[in-house]
Order: sequence, then structure tokens, then C-alpha cells
Amino acid sequence: MRRPGLSKSIAALCCVSVLVAAGAPDPFRQKLDADRRVEHTLNRAAFGARPGDAERVKKMGVDKWIAQQLETAKVEENPVVADRLKALATLNLSIEQIAGQYPLRADKKPKKGDDGKASFRDVLSVEEIRKLRQGPAEEKLAFLEALPKDKRQAVLETLPQQVRRGMMGLGSAELRREIVALGQPVAIVGLDLVEGKLYRALYSNRQLEEVLVDFWFNHFNVYMNKGPERLFLTDYEREAIRPHVLGNFHDMLLATAKHPAMLYYLDNWQSVDPTALEQMAKRRRGGSEMKQLSKRARGLNENYARELMELHTMGVDGGYTQQDVVEVARAFTGWTLRNPRGGAAYYFALMLHDKRAKTVLGQKLAAGRGEEDGLDVLRLLSRHPATAKFISMKLAQRFVADAPPPALVDRMAATFRKTDGNLREVMRTLLTSNEFFSEGAWRAKLKSPLEIVVSAARALDADVTNALPLAKSIEELGQPLYRKEEPTGYYNTAEEWTNTAGLLGRMNFAASLASNQFQGTKVAASHAKMGVALGGPEFQRR
Amino acid sequence: MLSRRVFLSGAACVAPLWLQRAAAASSRRKILVAVFQRGAMDGLNAVIPHTDEVYYKARPSIAIPKSDVLDLGDGRFGLHPALAPLHALWNRKQLAIVHAAGSHDLTRSHFDAQDYMESGTPGLKSTRDGWLNRALPPMPDAKTPLRAVSIGPRLARTLRGANSAVAINSIRDFKVRDRGSKDELESMYSGTADATLAAPGRDTFEAVKLVEKIDKQPYTPAAGAKYPVGSSFGASLQQIARLVKADVGLEVAFADIGGWDTHNNESARLQGLLTDFAGSLGAFAADLGDRFEDVTVVTMSEFGRTVRENGSGGTDHGHANAMFVLSGSAALSGGKVHGRWPGLAPELLHEGRDLAVATDFRAVLGEVVSRQLGVKDVARVFPGGPAAVVAKGVGVMGA
Repeated sequence: MRRPGLSKSIAALCCVSVLVAAGAPDPFRQKLDADRRVEHTLNRAAFGARPGDAERVKKMGVDKWIAQQLETAKVEENPVVADRLKALATLNLSIEQIAGQYPLRADKKPKKGDDGKASFRDVLSVEEIRKLRQGPAEEKLAFLEALPKDKRQAVLETLPQQVRRGMMGLGSAELRREIVALGQPVAIVGLDLVEGKLYRALYSNRQLEEVLVDFWFNHFNVYMNKGPERLFLTDYEREAIRPHVLGNFHDMLLATAKHPAMLYYLDNWQSVDPTALEQMAKRRRGGSEMKQLSKRARGLNENYARELMELHTMGVDGGYTQQDVVEVARAFTGWTLRNPRGGAAYYFALMLHDKRAKTVLGQKLAAGRGEEDGLDVLRLLSRHPATAKFISMKLAQRFVADAPPPALVDRMAATFRKTDGNLREVMRTLLTSNEFFSEGAWRAKLKSPLEIVVSAARALDADVTNALPLAKSIEELGQPLYRKEEPTGYYNTAEEWTNTAGLLGRMNFAASLASNQFQGTKVAASHAKMGVALGGPEFQRR
Repeated sequence: MLSRRVFLSGAACVAPLWLQRAAAASSRRKILVAVFQRGAMDGLNAVIPHTDEVYYKARPSIAIPKSDVLDLGDGRFGLHPALAPLHALWNRKQLAIVHAAGSHDLTRSHFDAQDYMESGTPGLKSTRDGWLNRALPPMPDAKTPLRAVSIGPRLARTLRGANSAVAINSIRDFKVRDRGSKDELESMYSGTADATLAAPGRDTFEAVKLVEKIDKQPYTPAAGAKYPVGSSFGASLQQIARLVKADVGLEVAFADIGGWDTHNNESARLQGLLTDFAGSLGAFAADLGDRFEDVTVVTMSEFGRTVRENGSGGTDHGHANAMFVLSGSAALSGGKVHGRWPGLAPELLHEGRDLAVATDFRAVLGEVVSRQLGVKDVARVFPGGPAAVVAKGVGVMGA
């Protein structure tokens, strides 16, 4: 299936070349002046400027700032990030720990008392009940937060769910998490991930890394609400994506290929050699895991193989065939999961692997092998010239323009090939190019909902202590975080975001933010008039 | 009901663009409403093969007793008692049913199956737009800002695509919240040199004005239209009824209702769900009054459920399901269960456990799209589909 996003851009590319040939000035050759270079850089390599950022970058020099951002470790982190993240306890847990502490199906708690409900009287003194019932919400909240944790838990349980929900937006992150845990513990994992992403985008000094984590997660998209995915996503972003965004492309590709999040999302864990299944049944071999798997698996599943080539590496026009898809799927048979709904882990099941010979993109994979088949395919794909081109095109589309200049894409692809997929060097080629700092790139991109919300909050220097209402706005504007169902991820281009509901939503979001109507987000009163500017057409651009 | 003429004359002197467009959009156009039942409805307990003993044997604890079934008089099927409002429509020949319909794709994942049904391309994950957007006849000039409306906070997958479509959560809230800055924002968007934003900006302000007009008109549902209290599905249909009656050029609309994944305690849960579902649709038909002639509703759910009940008083993910087509139009071949019935005998079941798909859901949608919206090239709406099957339809609209 062809995906119109990129194809259209490629068509647009041709138009640009025609214009240039006809003698029109090429906007990608017209330079930006110094002030615009600064603003532009902060709009592209960061989620927009906070007050004072432009002056700081100007003083340091744009080139130096970019060089620093490319060496993440050298950028001193903003202490606010650690402060905001410390309550989000699931962010550093392994899949196994998450599955253990936040199970998908929480066992029902034993009920208390005859009517199945405890009352305040069981936990609080008369004086304490009076305090809880009277006074404004802030006082109730202060009282609740001052209680010891076990007592607070007991009190929260006695409150009607509506009342609890109402308190979520007001209290600290700890209280919020305790309230969520009373409903469905595993929901905390998803909320932590969303909140963590927003705090980093809002406050991190390592802005380029955050922009790139967003880009690459979206490139290797997985969907939080499919089956047990929410147990996997935290680890996926932290271990398979983040460490590699300025590292080696092949490393990231391999890390995603073996990760439970991808194996489950694109069904490869169920993809098996059909003849192997039959033989297993005959010989009655295989442990209980195998039996469980063989119940669900019916044979070859091409889903991962197709998306691996179409979306992750070569691109839809990269030159592979349907036969290549089948051969690649066969190469990945047996790449499966142990205990998918618990502490899922990758393992290679030789018994389920198709051991016959394969030919992928003209390369022979000999018969009788195992995991090497898949490993060879990943190596082959990450070194394929179509991959260098496709990845460069997509990055240029994110950082430069919906239809980026082909000469830049070619230079990036050359860097990709020359360095065997060193993404830091590919980014350096991009961010130091004349095309990046050109009139053609200036405000050429429409902000995504994530970008509009974060850049607006940054522009107003908002103090965010509960990022969930902002996440809700991003969702309402059409970009639920970690919940893009399709493997395509969100499209990189303006057409994805220009619909009427979206624009109205953007205007209303800006008005609410500027007039301080978001719980957990404080904006100075002096910004009250900024709603119009942030909701207007110019600010929708970056 | 406020007549179209009165409504338009109220704002006639300036004749803004949206008004000219609304006027250009011919009055009383045909409207298609798509309803998605998310979670996989148990079609066998909704449209019950109550003359087949296999049904009762397979479902000892959750089958609907013969005495409770609302007989459809065809010697084969009856409706769940909670579907009484649909039974009334059936008796007026305003309801047609297609049983054993669905997708031939084998997935039992809600996620994949919903996606396929909304894109209209089973097996192809990468289709970017939805079938209902592709079904909109191209109309570059005379479009109104409210041609295609999806009820909910986001544009439904079914309605995504090249034709502009609006997501409206509620008519009341579809407005520029900061009224004081509305004019300034509008002039910013109308004056922008940004070609990408100018058009949607204009559409937005036109849609807002139109919706505000609608919101200002006092509205009470027509006599006899009682939307179930507290039902969000009912509220969605009510919004659509308001848009239909306001004559603002609506052509397609989408609403959904969730919660159908009845793996356990099905008897009680399905009772509640079907009551909500049928009560809302019944109220919608009543609310539309004579405008129901111009409206066709088609319902779908991603797959059916197992013939046999499971160990927890529920059913698991299955294959074929029932689709409802409701309309006040004389073209509807109502009061009839359409489609071949594959039967429930074990050897006839899909993979030995599920009702087999006898009618491709795209044949039903294709027919509705072609008859209701006048789309000639149905193959374009369902690319890669079985063109001949889709073009032939199933006869629900008298084809």
C-alpha cells in the first residue's frame, strides 16, 4: 500500500525543481539573518523558545549551541526535570517490575464491612472528618496530603469516585498516582510515560534529544492500547529508542526488532513456520509456552516484515517486492515472546523457525540457520542505500520542510552511508546546512498538537506541576501521545493537522492557557492577552 | 421545526460566504449516518436464530428464551427484547438487517478489525483515510463547512481523509471560547498569507458561525422522541438530528457506541447495551420525523462473537455479525433479513467455532453509499475490495 504522505512530498519535490529550473529564486538558497537563525533553531531543534532562550543562544552562538546539543552528555540538565520526574516511579522500572507491580488485571480487593464499604469513621476521628468535609477544596487537599500514606489510602477508598477524580487535578503527583491506583494500577504506567515526556519537552536543556526521541518513537511507532503494550512502552522508549537517537541506526533497528513492544504490536511473536507447528503437534514436543503460542499462532504473519521495509527502513518506493516481504517474514519466524502478558521477554524459538533457504533483496540466506537469518536481514536493510535515503528524507521533512530540497537529502544520505548509519553525523549534516538556515525552511512547518501545546507553554514560561491536562489538550487536538494506532506514526506534514476541528481547538487551547485555566499549570497574569497571538496563524508555524 | 427559509432569511442582508454556500447546497439532500459498535456486538443474541435448536444448545445460560424473542415473522429470526424500538421500525419497514455480514480478514484483534472496518480495506494497515470520507462525492466549490461531521472529540478514522470533515463533540461547545478575541482571530486567519491555514481557517469560522446559529435556535426533540437519559450515544444522535433538521448541507455523519466486548456476564450487559442502542436509534428516527425519509443509518461492529458461550457467562471473539440499516426512505427494502444465512451446524462454522461471513461488509456499505450518496464508482471507495461483490450489493436499498 502506498502512503500518500511521502509520495506527495516527492511529487512536490519535482515541482520545486521545475521552479528552480525556470529561473525562480530558490528559497532554500536564501540565507536567514542572525536573529531569525536563532528563532528558527529553537523552533526546530527544540520545542520553541522559553523567555531568555533566544538571548542565551545568540550570546553563545547558534553553531556552538547546535554542536552542544549534538553531544547530549555535555549539556547540563535543568534540575526542574529531575524534580518533576521523581514522582513518576514507573519510568525507571523494567518490564518485569512493571508487570509485577502494576498488573494488567488487578485482583479485586477484599471488601470491608457488611455493606462492602468502609466509612470515614473507621479511619478518621470526628475532628478529622469535620476538617475533610468543610472548607474549600485546597484545605481538604492539604489535609489529605498531610495524612500518612496508609491512612490517606484508606480515606481515598471511602470517597466516591467522582470526588476522587475531582481531586486529581488539584493535588500533587503522588496523590494523583494514588487515586489512579485505586481504579486501575496499570493506568499509572501510561500516565507516567505521558507526563514524563511532557516535562522533558517543557524543561529539558537537552532539547534536541527530546525532539529526536519524539521523532524516532514515532518512526518506530507502537500503540499503547493494544493488548499488554502498556507494560512495554516505558522500557521501549527508554532502552530501544532514547539511547540511539544520536547513535547508530542499526543499533536502534535491532533494539526495536527484539523489543516486546514491537514484537507484540506488529504480531511477529505469533509468526511461525506452519510446518514446524505441524511437526510439533506430531511429536508432542515443546514446553507449555510453546503450546500456548501454538494455540494462537497459525503460521506466517507478514505484518512486521512489511512494515520493517516500508516504514522502518527502505520506504514504500525502496525497491522491495511482495516476495521479499514473504522471505523477510520467514527470516523472522521464531522471534517471539516469553510470557507476553507478564514480564515479557524476547527469545528466539528455533523450533518455530523456518529453516529453509531464503532470498532477500537478491541476497541468499542459507538453509539450516536460526536467529542469524533475522540479524542478517536487519544488517542488510540498515546498509541498503534506499534506507539511507528514506531516513534522510524523513528527518529533513521533520527539520526543514514538508518538501525538503533533494540536494540536502542526498548529502544526508551520503553521510548515512559513509558513517554506516551514524545518526549524530547525519543530524550534523542537516543542522549545519545552508538549506536548514534558509528562507525556504523559515516557518515552513506546521506545528503538531504536541508542538503547539509545548511551545505555547514554553513561550509563556508556564510552571507545570501536572502535565496531564495539557496531554488531554494534545489528545483533543488529534495527537493522543503513545496512542497512534497505525504503524505509520503521525505524519510529518501539514496536511495531517489542518482540519477545522483542529484549528478551533488550537485557538481555544491558547485562550485557556493564557488565561490560566489549566489545572496544574500556572501562567503569569501579565500573559492574559497572549491567547490571540498563540492561537493565531503565525504561532501555528515553526 | 424551524423551516429552512426562516432560518436563512434571519441573516440575509450581509450574505456571508457560509450562507451562500449553505444556500447553494441543495435543500433536503440525502444523508448517510454510520454507527460503529465498538467491542464486537454479539449479533447472535441481538438478531436471534430462534428457530434453530443449535443456538439454544450452544448457549445454555445466555440464550434468549423463545418466549422473549421479538419474532421477525420470517420463520428464522427474532430480535432481543431490548431491541423493541427497532422492532417498531421493522414493522414499519424502516429497518433492514443483514445477518452473517463482516470482514473476511481473520484477525480477532479489536484494534486491527476496527481499523480495517473504518478504513474499509481489510488486511491493509496503511490505508490512511476512511471509507466514509472517500464516499463523499467530490464537490470543490459548493461545499458547506458541515458536510461531514463526526461526533466526538476527534475525527473518527472512518471520516478521515482528503475531504474536509469536522469533529463536533457537542454543538454547544463548538465555538470560539474567548468571545472577546473572536473577531481578531478571524481577521488574523482571513488576512493570513499562509495558504495552508487560510482555507481551514475560513472553514472553521464559517462552521462556528453556522453551529452557533443552530445552537441559538430553541431545540426540543420532536414529539415521541425520547433519547435515553444519560446515554452518550443518544446524545450523539441527537446532535446529528439537530444538524439534519437545520439544513446546513450535512451529507455524512459518524457516531459510535462502545462496551460490546461481553466476555462475561453477557445477559445483563447486553440488556443494557441494546436498550441504549435501540432506544437512541428509535428516538433518532422519531426526532427526524419526515426527514427520516432522507436519512439512512448503517451500523457495524468489528466482528461477531463465538456461537458457543464461554465459561463465564459470555462469548469470545468470533467472526460474522449482524448489520442494521435504518431509513425512512421508500428505497429501503425493510422488514427483511438480507444476506445468505450460513447456518450454525458445527461443520458450517468458521474455524469450527464462529458464524461464517456470508456477506462482505463492504457489499452492504457499498450499496448504501451508492444508493444514498449517489456514488457511481464504489470500487474507489473500497479499493482492493471484491469490486463485483461490492458493486452488486445485497439488496437492502432495493437494488
